[in-house]
Amino acid sequence: MTKTVAIIGGGVAGLETAKQLNSLGYSVKLFEKSNTLGGHVAKWDRLFPNKRHASEVVSSLTLSQGNTQTLVGTTVSSIKRQHGNFIISANSNNHEADAVVLATGFELFPAEKKEEYGYGLFENVITSADLEQMFIKHGKPAMASGHKPVRIAFIHCVGSRDEKVNRPYCSKVCCVTAVKQAIEVKEAIPNCEVFCFYMDLRMFGPGYEDLYKEAQSKGVTFIRGRLSESSEIEGGRVQIKAEDTLASTPLKMSVDIVVLMVGMSPQLDTSKLAADLGLSLNADGFIAATDLHTNPTETTTKGVFVTGACTGPNNITDTVNAAKATALDVHNYLSR
Amino acid sequence: MKLEGKRKIWNEYQKEIADDKYFYVRSCIRQAVFPGSENTYLRIMRDVLKKDVHESAHHTTCTGIGYHTEVVPFETIQTVVARNFALMREAGYENYTPSCVTSFGIYTEVLDTWHHFPEERKRTAEYLKKATQRDFQEPGNMAHTSDIIYKFRHQIAEKSKYKLINKATGLPLKVVDHIGCHYAKMFPAKGIGGAEHPHVLAGLIEAFGGEVIDYPERRHCCGFGFRQYFIKANRGYSIAASKKKFESMEPYQPDLILTNCPGCNFFMDRWQYALAEMEGKTYDTKGNGIPVLAYEELAGLMLGFDPWEMGLQMHQVGIETLMDKIGIPYNLNEKYKGAKGEDLGVPESPRNINFYK
Repeated sequence: MTKTVAIIGGGVAGLETAKQLNSLGYSVKLFEKSNTLGGHVAKWDRLFPNKRHASEVVSSLTLSQGNTQTLVGTTVSSIKRQHGNFIISANSNNHEADAVVLATGFELFPAEKKEEYGYGLFENVITSADLEQMFIKHGKPAMASGHKPVRIAFIHCVGSRDEKVNRPYCSKVCCVTAVKQAIEVKEAIPNCEVFCFYMDLRMFGPGYEDLYKEAQSKGVTFIRGRLSESSEIEGGRVQIKAEDTLASTPLKMSVDIVVLMVGMSPQLDTSKLAADLGLSLNADGFIAATDLHTNPTETTTKGVFVTGACTGPNNITDTVNAAKATALDVHNYLSR
Repeated sequence: MKLEGKRKIWNEYQKEIADDKYFYVRSCIRQAVFPGSENTYLRIMRDVLKKDVHESAHHTTCTGIGYHTEVVPFETIQTVVARNFALMREAGYENYTPSCVTSFGIYTEVLDTWHHFPEERKRTAEYLKKATQRDFQEPGNMAHTSDIIYKFRHQIAEKSKYKLINKATGLPLKVVDHIGCHYAKMFPAKGIGGAEHPHVLAGLIEAFGGEVIDYPERRHCCGFGFRQYFIKANRGYSIAASKKKFESMEPYQPDLILTNCPGCNFFMDRWQYALAEMEGKTYDTKGNGIPVLAYEELAGLMLGFDPWEMGLQMHQVGIETLMDKIGIPYNLNEKYKGAKGEDLGVPESPRNINFYK
């Protein structure tokens, strides 16, 4: 009899795991709480480092699902263990599975928690996700008034490496995302001045450093310093204060748009499911795997696996790799 | 500015404030610089709101200024705080209401220290016992006096004779608020509206019908900043900080600056005079300066209290321009008379800022 695997989360991690398990002959049920597949990537315009359209990746994954039963608009409310199997309750229905994969991903750091930056208060303070939506809809950023911006500031590490908001960890991908977006702004509006305020630039992946050099060659200015506060000034522009730590001097400037590079936060819903399944969370609030180095997909509960950004910040490549590894571990478990 | 964003923040930062039976502790500098302001607070609380406010003649300074200038050690300030708490309990009260924002910050810091480091509390109790034979308990509730006025702002507004409305135009007067740094910047959860966008004064301005004006340097220090002012060599930083704020608010042409901290009230007022003398410039368009009031001074004015009885003639920037805009009558002949009608003498007129006498 074909064994069934329940995958919770229809983002990149869930889709890739489903694809792999499907090809291994398992019956796969994919639960996604929103009405569309692709997670955060589906809301992104283009991807680093090669500016490929995000929709291509999402399409590629969704079109290769084979017999996966995808249940969109379906919120998993609880997962219980019963006679060696799992009962997944979702939208008032129960589903049975032999193994469960949590691929619930992350949520964007709520930028309004950094009250001093003014997100939700000042109309020209936006997040990196908002900027991607502008690129999708209009191909370029615009001020809330509709005017073309002539100066934009990107603020790195918003909700990352920040103990004040209980996010002491690095979200890994925001630096390169800022560099990518800064280049895109310069390409869309060549006369626009673009500034990146950073702590460190963590260009860890292939092609990332090249992207950084490209940004510099296109005139993006990098200032090592963290924003202290922003204020709205006349015309809806934004005054920002920071310290240029390389020049050892405080800095104040006015810009048309401030883009907050929001980090990855643990999904609040995931912690409830984790509690149902007896899983522990790591110090940052993501799900802890059995062994960080040698067994990153298995959990302390037999038959429950984790993959993707629900274990911590990840880029797409690493997420896809993790998903393939998870599928193999699930297969090994169900083949015993 | 998206007001709904501000309202969301304001809703997140609310705190419990006692209804009645307050133990009141005064500011040590306020009575020297604006001697009528604390009396105005007590008048509003006792005569208008009919609240029980108790003062002890034995209470002391919190020693906050000494603490922040590293003259008073932390052990000492904790013991002084504990003694004031002991006086409150001995008088049969548990709701502690300091008049000074620096003190409010000190009390908050000490209570937080005792919460996280109980050994500090134990040691303080031993010191207090040894020094005074007293025992103490933490307050049941603690709120700054601007919190108290905020709590009763609608009641006060209902009883008020005046509104923050320009009599000639019918439009709301433009008011900028300045919150003392020690009110919430150290402990945002202890301030109404938090640290970044406090509501404690904005709520009062709204209740009186005024328009709250945000300006870029709203959060910047008033210029008091203890080490800027108490170290004489640093006083240039003090006036430079104030100047930065005035320049930032100038394009919005506010009718009033509203403060909740004795130091801020003083420096926002006095440095306008000093800057006018130094540079021949005021930050309004008519050479009057921008009037500066504390929360209870504003409340008293709206309630129809006599401005000179409240000591508003002690402000360096005349508040007559504000009263003229609202339509509050005043008698200049009474401006420099004492409580018993005695002549206090008229101060020398400044050169570059208009002076009503």
